Amino acid sequence: MFAYTIRRLLTSIPILAVASFIVFWLVSISADPVQEKYGARNPPVPKAVFDTEYRRLGLKDGFFEQYWNWLKGLVVHGDFGPSINQTTHINAEISGRLGTTLRLIFIAMLVALILAVATGVFSAIRQYSKMDYTLTFVGFLFLSMPTFWIAVLLKDAAVRYNEATGTTTFFTLGEKTPGVELHGWALVTDIAGHMALPTASLALITYAAWSRFQRASMLEVLNSDYIRLARAKGLPWRKVLVKHALRTALIPMVTVSALTIAALIGGAVITETVYQWNGMGKFLINSIVIRDRNAILAWLMLAGFFVVVGNLVADLLYAVLDPRIRYE
Amino acid sequence: MSERTVTPPAPPPRPPGPGQRVEREFTIKERSQARLVVTRFLRHRLAVASLLGLILIALTSFVGIRFAHSYLLTDQPGSIKPRLSNPFGTDDIGRDYFARVLRGAQQSIKVALIVALLATGIGAPYGAISGFLGGRVDAIMMRICDVLLTLPLLVVAGALAGGSRGTILTVALILGLLGWVVNARLVRGVVLSLREQEFIEAARALGGGTLRIVFRHLLPNAAGAIIVQATLDIATAILAEAALSFLGLGVQSPDTSLGLLVNEARPAVETRPWLFYFPGLMIIAIALCVNFVGDGLRDALDPRQTRQRQ
Repeated sequence: MFAYTIRRLLTSIPILAVASFIVFWLVSISADPVQEKYGARNPPVPKAVFDTEYRRLGLKDGFFEQYWNWLKGLVVHGDFGPSINQTTHINAEISGRLGTTLRLIFIAMLVALILAVATGVFSAIRQYSKMDYTLTFVGFLFLSMPTFWIAVLLKDAAVRYNEATGTTTFFTLGEKTPGVELHGWALVTDIAGHMALPTASLALITYAAWSRFQRASMLEVLNSDYIRLARAKGLPWRKVLVKHALRTALIPMVTVSALTIAALIGGAVITETVYQWNGMGKFLINSIVIRDRNAILAWLMLAGFFVVVGNLVADLLYAVLDPRIRYE
Repeated sequence: MSERTVTPPAPPPRPPGPGQRVEREFTIKERSQARLVVTRFLRHRLAVASLLGLILIALTSFVGIRFAHSYLLTDQPGSIKPRLSNPFGTDDIGRDYFARVLRGAQQSIKVALIVALLATGIGAPYGAISGFLGGRVDAIMMRICDVLLTLPLLVVAGALAGGSRGTILTVALILGLLGWVVNARLVRGVVLSLREQEFIEAARALGGGTLRIVFRHLLPNAAGAIIVQATLDIATAILAEAALSFLGLGVQSPDTSLGLLVNEARPAVETRPWLFYFPGLMIIAIALCVNFVGDGLRDALDPRQTRQRQ
């Protein structure tokens, strides 16, 4: 298993390398950041400023040289390169924000998984019951709902509740209370309070598709012969469900949820925007608006990295859940 | 009992004589594959209702909008509540909101169709060729998919569309040109099982080339999965375009889209809730209908997935 993990990590390096090249190419043809920043100014910016900026950002070189230098900086020094904004340091920005966003994605994923498994399994056991139809419909509803809409809706509801009760039961802005130094338990509850609504928004959008898969895979398992055998030899229904059916039915979920990580990252950007978090989402939007090439590249490379890691974790979990799979 | 409908064998052809009609008490008529699919689809009531809903929305937003107010010109002096002449009210500078929501729906439908066409048009042949050829070619083609799958679609599309000062067409092209990977993987999966069947072997024995086998034999037989995936693409594309426009990276003012409308309505959600609810509900209505139609199509086209009652 350890050897397999190492091998998988090694094979993901070329994938990330090719991804980096594609991303670099796409981002570099999409706009010229210096032109965007200084091109439309009045009075016109002297040409010397353009030259200095092009040189500072390394945009004077040929395309492949640019890419090579960027890759070298990233691999050798772990440096994402200079920002178009002289006062912004991309590495520092990211290290300050990454944790916030990963926290949101991770917890939302966990909540979504629990919701999906619970509703999916329940629907499958009570197939064609009223509850099954209701859950299915609710699932479809969330599947068709834009992330930003449910986020704004929840936020608005929370604001109304706060106003009606005259309390601050729900935190609707930011990832933590600004301007206060909190420690220990107070910090944890503060962060948890701020996370509640964004996590709920992201999890509700995500669970819907997953619960459809969970229902399908549970149904397939429940219709299989070995479940009939387990029942026939007199095992209690509850034990059959939990020990025999659920464990098998969870296996496809691992793959499905790993494939959704990229979508979750996109969803996190939207959720953070609505709740005005100071996370990776805001950093991305700002960078796109000012065409900060290196920042966008850094963002995409990190996203790619986490998707690859997520897929690896899924493959390893697969082996844990399915004893037939052995990685040599 | 399974809901699977078995096609009865066709009766032996019996050429009727001149002026003589074959009259039998029990006539067995062969039902074509298409007819079977339609019958199965019609049995799914929610899907049929959703299809009608979609047609209604499409007609209203493409044809009906001509009879509504202008979506660009000021109609009222200020923002007013929904009333008979402006059923969705007016926005903050007095433009008729019904017309703006319809314009948004129009945009969503356009994007969705372009994306679905592109994703299917690229993804399906790509996946079929990859699966059919197998071996090293397949491995390389699938690694390319892996690379694209590591990149979050919404983020890449936002980064590209944000730089191009997007019109609806750029957004659609970007989403379509990046989003075909899922289709490719799905079709490849179907083709992997199809290519082992006798009819492919026969086609090959008769000297059919790769392209001929892929386009004449494999793709038509994978049509069910392809169509279902295309409807899912439509729903995804609508939500993605809305999200991009919401983030300010998609369609730009003065033109509008449903996502942009929701974004503009964000500060007014408490004071003028209609500005927030109508475009949002429109997105949900379209996406929900598309998803239900997709569900119905899946049941109709892919009998293996039909629910089995015990």
